[in-house]
Amino acid sequence: MSAVVALIAGGLFGLGLVVSDMIDPARVQAFLNVTGGAWDPTLAFVMAGALVPMLLAWRRAKAPAKPALGGTYPAPVGAIDRKLIVGALLFGVGWGLVGLCPGPALAAILVGGQSVWIFVAAMFAGFAIAGLMKRP
Amino acid sequence: MVFDSADALHGLIGGALIGIASAIMLLALGRVAGISGIAATIFSRTNAHRLTNIAFVVGLVLMPLIYGLITSPPAIGITSDLVLLIAGGLLVGIGTRVGNGCTSGHGVCGLSRFSPRSIVATLVFMAAGIIVASFVVGMIR
Repeated sequence: MSAVVALIAGGLFGLGLVVSDMIDPARVQAFLNVTGGAWDPTLAFVMAGALVPMLLAWRRAKAPAKPALGGTYPAPVGAIDRKLIVGALLFGVGWGLVGLCPGPALAAILVGGQSVWIFVAAMFAGFAIAGLMKRP
Repeated sequence: MVFDSADALHGLIGGALIGIASAIMLLALGRVAGISGIAATIFSRTNAHRLTNIAFVVGLVLMPLIYGLITSPPAIGITSDLVLLIAGGLLVGIGTRVGNGCTSGHGVCGLSRFSPRSIVATLVFMAAGIIVASFVVGMIR
C-alpha cells in the first residue's frame, strides 16, 4: 500500500514538473541567470504554488497525530553546521552550471536524451562518493 | 522563450501538484519528499524505505513520458557539454547528500516547515546557482 501511494505521489510530482516546465533546464537557468536580459520568474511561481499545500500539510503533521499509513512524523532536524553550508554551496554550483536538480533530472530521464543520462549517472556517482565520505 | 502570464499560471498549477505530492508523502507515509534523499537510497539494500522510494522514483520517471505521449513531449534544453554535465552531476550528487537536501527537501518541504536549516540551505544554493548561472556559465560556454 505504501508503495502504491509513493508511486502516485511520484507521478504527481513528475506531472507538476512537466506542467510547470521546471523539467526544462533552460527555463531553470533562465530564472537563475539574472544578467542575461531574459529573466524568467516561472520558478518563483512554482515555489509559491508548492509551498501552499505543504504549509497546510505541516499544520496537520504534528503529534499526537500520526501518518495515515503508520509510522511517525519526522522530528525537527538539527543545527546549522558547516556540512549544511558546504553541501548547499556545492549543490548550488552544480545546479547553476547545468540547470538540473535531482527531481527534474530524474523526471527528464526518458524524455531528455543522453545528456540527462550522463548527468544522472554523475549524480548517482556523487551520491555514492558522499556516502563513502560519511564513513569513518 | 519569453515569460508570459500562461507561464505563471502553469507554474502555480505545476507547483501545486508538486506540493500536493509532497503533502501525500508526509500525511500518508510520514516522509519528507526530498528527491535527493529518496533517489540516493534506491540502490541501498539496507534502507528501510527502499521499496517506497523505488516506487516514487518510478512514478516520477514515467509520468513525463506518459504526459508526452498524450500531449507533446516536453522540451529539455541542455546546452552543457560532456565535461559540464559530469561536473554538474557530481556536484549536485555530492552537495545534496552532504547538505542533506535539494530544491524539494530543503526548498519545498523545509521552507514550508520554517526549518532554520532549510531556510539557510535554500538561501545558499539559490545564491550559488544565481551567481554561477549569471556570471560563470556565459564565460565557459
